[in-house]
Amino acid sequence: MTASPLLVVEDLRVAFPSRDGGMVEAVRGVSFTLGRERLGIVGESGSGKSQTGRAILGLTAPEGRVTARRLEFSGVDLLHCPPKQRRALRGGRIAMVLQDPKFSLNPVMTIGAQIVETLQAHTRVSSREAKQRALAALESVRIDDPERVFKLYPHEMSGGMGQRAMIAMMLIAEPDILIADEPTSALDVTVQLQVLAILDALVAERGMGLILVSHDLRLVSSFCDRILVMYAGQVVEELAAGGLAQAKHPYTRGLMACLPQLGASTHPLATLDRRPEWAL
Amino acid sequence: MSANTSLGLEVSGLRVSFDGFVAVADTSFRVAPGESFGIVGESGSGKSTVLRAICGLASKESGTVQLIGDGESHAPGSKAFRRRVQMVFQDPYGSLHPRQTVDRLLAEPLAIHGISDAENRIERALDEVGLGTGFRFRYPHQLSGGQRQRIAIARALILEPQILLLDEPTSALDASVQAEVLNLLEDLRRRRNLTFIMVSHDLAVITHLCERLMVMQRGRTVEVLASADLAARRVANPYTLSLMQASAGFRRDKPAA
Repeated sequence: MTASPLLVVEDLRVAFPSRDGGMVEAVRGVSFTLGRERLGIVGESGSGKSQTGRAILGLTAPEGRVTARRLEFSGVDLLHCPPKQRRALRGGRIAMVLQDPKFSLNPVMTIGAQIVETLQAHTRVSSREAKQRALAALESVRIDDPERVFKLYPHEMSGGMGQRAMIAMMLIAEPDILIADEPTSALDVTVQLQVLAILDALVAERGMGLILVSHDLRLVSSFCDRILVMYAGQVVEELAAGGLAQAKHPYTRGLMACLPQLGASTHPLATLDRRPEWAL
Repeated sequence: MSANTSLGLEVSGLRVSFDGFVAVADTSFRVAPGESFGIVGESGSGKSTVLRAICGLASKESGTVQLIGDGESHAPGSKAFRRRVQMVFQDPYGSLHPRQTVDRLLAEPLAIHGISDAENRIERALDEVGLGTGFRFRYPHQLSGGQRQRIAIARALILEPQILLLDEPTSALDASVQAEVLNLLEDLRRRRNLTFIMVSHDLAVITHLCERLMVMQRGRTVEVLASADLAARRVANPYTLSLMQASAGFRRDKPAA
């Protein structure tokens, strides 16, 4: 990790209007810094993990309200910079990979056209060069026949291939930070590992910062350098890689215990006893 | 209605194809009465299609599905068969009618099968899945994912079937909710002497709930083995082995090819 982190998040809050006229806070004071490393954010649905990722990128739904004491990306104040600058950063230097390639790729554009569009939105390149770079990007995510895949529509490819194409699209503008929101949850276990291996290699080669948002505690702990565990909009615990066994917070431990494990028979499974004080 | 005698199921030479694409090729297995049998595989392996063919939702090209332990034979898809074999689907958000109350959802199977005493049965079914009658007049959107899956289980159980087909019943749920639903299923099986056939992509979930399991790949059976063997890592088949390693998590030293 370098002296100055890529991203500084201090006391990030995201609130949405509720039906009774008040505001409901989905993210309640999250703080962390990100260097050129793999950071995992884990939590169950509703824990605010995805909203944290979206707020960094500026993709919070319009009715949502984002506040933070500090939200800085390499010296740029993300909350107070002009929208144009924010737009240039988004997809350019901070990119995001979404969960399901079936829903997040444009169904009526070929893969190649979508990748070229991303590149041309952020850099001035000739269309010939753009195509060359798109093909190279597809190759870098280990797609065997980039020429063929370039011409395919999203419905013509498998989930794993679609997810790789999306990663290629996000990486073509050479971002400094990649936020991956459940990038492998829609994929089969064996394909999951291939996609993670690609992300891993890219982080190592390009020195990117990666934020991996996931509900899968086991997967994240085997992949990331650091893990933030979120519950009810707050970070309840920060763990080092492989430090899952040393988890102290009862929520993290409860979450571990309720997973069935190969080779360990526990009948019935432990269930999570949600304490109101965790959400305070 | 004999709720205590459990039924088994025998599938032989099952073949299902869609427009020439063979989704399931010559699959045979036998599930003893009261047994819990798992089917694992990746997407497209045909595991869900096997379940759909058993209950008549997908039409078979060839092969037979037969109940074991029942004097007479019932054709899959027939009313008598459906009364004995019920299914719980993967997505609790998609499998419940959004504009029907829980009460209506649970009354429908009873009406189809001409069963009286709906009032008591609905209350009992809700109690059994741990929800209580307070949920009876709610709509699906007023329930959490775990509660919806409990309703789906109640809907399957209200006919008092002997065989339950479970298609990824917990994969849309959070880990802590998954544990609750798995415990519920296990408890119901013990109490009602049910036979389970469960499909999942998660080896740990299958070995937790099932005694034996079948591994499928591209429509074919790779192997049938006991859960205990899998848990003890006594696995010879390379495909099963690769699934097992993949479920252990990411490993940097040996990237997946």
